[in-house]
Amino acid sequence: MKNLKALLLLLMLSFGANASEGVELQSADIDLSDNASLQRGAQHFVTYCLGCHSAKHMRYLRFALDANIDKEKVLKDIAPEGASIYDQIHSAMNKHDAEKWFGVQPPDLSLIARSRGADWLYSYLKSYYIDPSRPFGVNNLVFEDTAMPNPLWQLQGEQHAEARKTIYGEYTKLVLDEPGKLSEKEFDLFVNDLVNFLVYVGEPVQLERERLGKYVIFFLLIFTVIAYLLKKEYWKDVD
Amino acid sequence: MKPTRLSECGNWVLDRFPVTKFWNDHMAHYYAPKNFNIWYFFGSLALLVLVNQIITGILLTMNYKPDAKLAFDSVEYIMRDVPWGWLVRYMHSTGASAFFIVVYLHMFRALIYGSFKHPRELIWIFGMLLFVALMAEAFMGYLLPWGQMSFWGAQVIISLFSAIPVIGDDLSLWIRGDYVIADATLNRFFAFHVIAVPLVLVMLVFMHLVALHEVGSNNPDGIEIKASKDPWGHPIDGIPFHPYYTVKDLVGVGVFLLFFATVIFYMPEVGGYFLEHANFIPADPMKTPEHIAPVWYFTPFYSILRAIPDKFAGVIGMGGSIVVLFLMPWLDRCPVKSIRYRGGIFKKALFLFVVSFLALGYLGTQPVTPVATTMARLFTTIYFGFFLLMPIYTRWEKTKPVPRRLTKVHSLEEQLHAIEEQLPAFIEEITELKPASTEIGDAAFKGTFFNRRPNPKGIAHVISRVAIKLKGSLD
Repeated sequence: MKNLKALLLLLMLSFGANASEGVELQSADIDLSDNASLQRGAQHFVTYCLGCHSAKHMRYLRFALDANIDKEKVLKDIAPEGASIYDQIHSAMNKHDAEKWFGVQPPDLSLIARSRGADWLYSYLKSYYIDPSRPFGVNNLVFEDTAMPNPLWQLQGEQHAEARKTIYGEYTKLVLDEPGKLSEKEFDLFVNDLVNFLVYVGEPVQLERERLGKYVIFFLLIFTVIAYLLKKEYWKDVD
Repeated sequence: MKPTRLSECGNWVLDRFPVTKFWNDHMAHYYAPKNFNIWYFFGSLALLVLVNQIITGILLTMNYKPDAKLAFDSVEYIMRDVPWGWLVRYMHSTGASAFFIVVYLHMFRALIYGSFKHPRELIWIFGMLLFVALMAEAFMGYLLPWGQMSFWGAQVIISLFSAIPVIGDDLSLWIRGDYVIADATLNRFFAFHVIAVPLVLVMLVFMHLVALHEVGSNNPDGIEIKASKDPWGHPIDGIPFHPYYTVKDLVGVGVFLLFFATVIFYMPEVGGYFLEHANFIPADPMKTPEHIAPVWYFTPFYSILRAIPDKFAGVIGMGGSIVVLFLMPWLDRCPVKSIRYRGGIFKKALFLFVVSFLALGYLGTQPVTPVATTMARLFTTIYFGFFLLMPIYTRWEKTKPVPRRLTKVHSLEEQLHAIEEQLPAFIEEITELKPASTEIGDAAFKGTFFNRRPNPKGIAHVISRVAIKLKGSLD
């Protein structure tokens, strides 16, 4: 029991050090009704994330139906070669290889937007900087000592961190050394589409639930008014 | 009228089974005071939520897998692949929080109108047992999604049992069925959550209601309506529960469901309070979350636990904070029931208690800091002070005269009417007319346009008047 407690304490300390306090998050522009953005996000996900991360709770078919895309188009443009429309979005990476290469198995991303939040993901993907002391040569401002290498470095280019001083205190600013394939604006849009897709994957029913909610609440309003009139009728003789 | 075959069949049953008698005893001929106010909706709403939890719970068990390897995925399967599964699950998760909101308000009603006092002590005891059973139900249910917070929350709470001297370690091992929270724990919690505790809850609800209908309902005036009866033996100030309160409770149900549906359809997580963010990560025994916080309804008691420096003393304190509620009928020595006729000292004490309960609840959601701990200790002291000093400060309370009959209630429409009448004067007071500085229009019209602007002086007047009224209401 004592050993276990010591182990837990150690773990708590080591993970507590990862806390991303004090970094101001940038806000992502989430619009789940933007099917073009979702489609781009899905393509980005399959191209840049699926190599290591799965989204195993999500099926290609569900995405095709929700984003109103032709099934054949999903298989051709989004899903990797050989996937069936009924498949869940699985990564091809072997679990043992993953642990050998990264130390941990890359987490499934089905619910990452619900546990981390859209703004966190958006800021995280944009906040990599050069840090030669890390195994992959990069660190992250939002998630310090992250185990993930920067998958988007070719697109964004390489950034380095600079300490800045203001009257409010010190903060770190990321400065772009050399631009990547995308301009800053294009890269922001790229990350935003990806995050938009992840928010959708976190809870595919979101739009449907908001649409239905209107009818339910409208019905309940009418129900309440009728119930109130009924009450008034019954109670009119009670003084 | 000639009896039909159908009514003959009905009578055959009624001669052998007392449905009519039961209906009359508890609904049609059960006389309730006619001055119930908004606080009296929450009992029937608690029943509604209980039914919601049982029905949605049964539907969830049809697709849920109580297995450490499958549990998390099966919940996501319900959320995505089971038709309407997301709605059933959100109804259940929102229902859990709604249950506590409704029950806390129901308990507060009992506190302000003295519903726990003679002759209703046993109703209060059954109610408190219900509260404890409800906490057990919620705690065990929270493990089932098998997320990080499910796992670590259960880990923290069950490890509390190991603080008990001598038997502690063996006891917590026995509860878990393993050295850490594991598959064995999940299975037994599932068994308790879906059958054992719900049975206890339903039985206790039955006893709570039978005891209530034996002595009769209390009311906002805190007087016994049975003391004045008409020649037929019915309380003059009472009305049959059905149809009067069934139709009235229907309005309460409508308003409640509006809130309930808004949460389900537009904000099922409620900013991480109803569904915690960390619980969307599968349970991982090797990875402790940065900050372990129980769901909001446990946080006041969790705060008390953390406020006390010694672990075992903390467990005693947390248990004591609930046990002390059971003693309410004997701690309160004041013969007057309703807060309307009680002395200022009780009102002030109750006010402090409510503030400290809410503050403890908030602090329980926050990480530990030295300041937070000091605050939690202060509020814990007030929490216990409210109960333990009660025999002293309620004995010499200066109460107001209690009426013999119920006082008149103002209906919602009358109240709205009164507000409507006062509104123009109120707007007049908090605003002032200022000439509009408009650029458009002819110069000749300048000075004839006026805008209403907030008047700081008027607003200050209103605030001070409200403050004085508030202070007066505490005397």
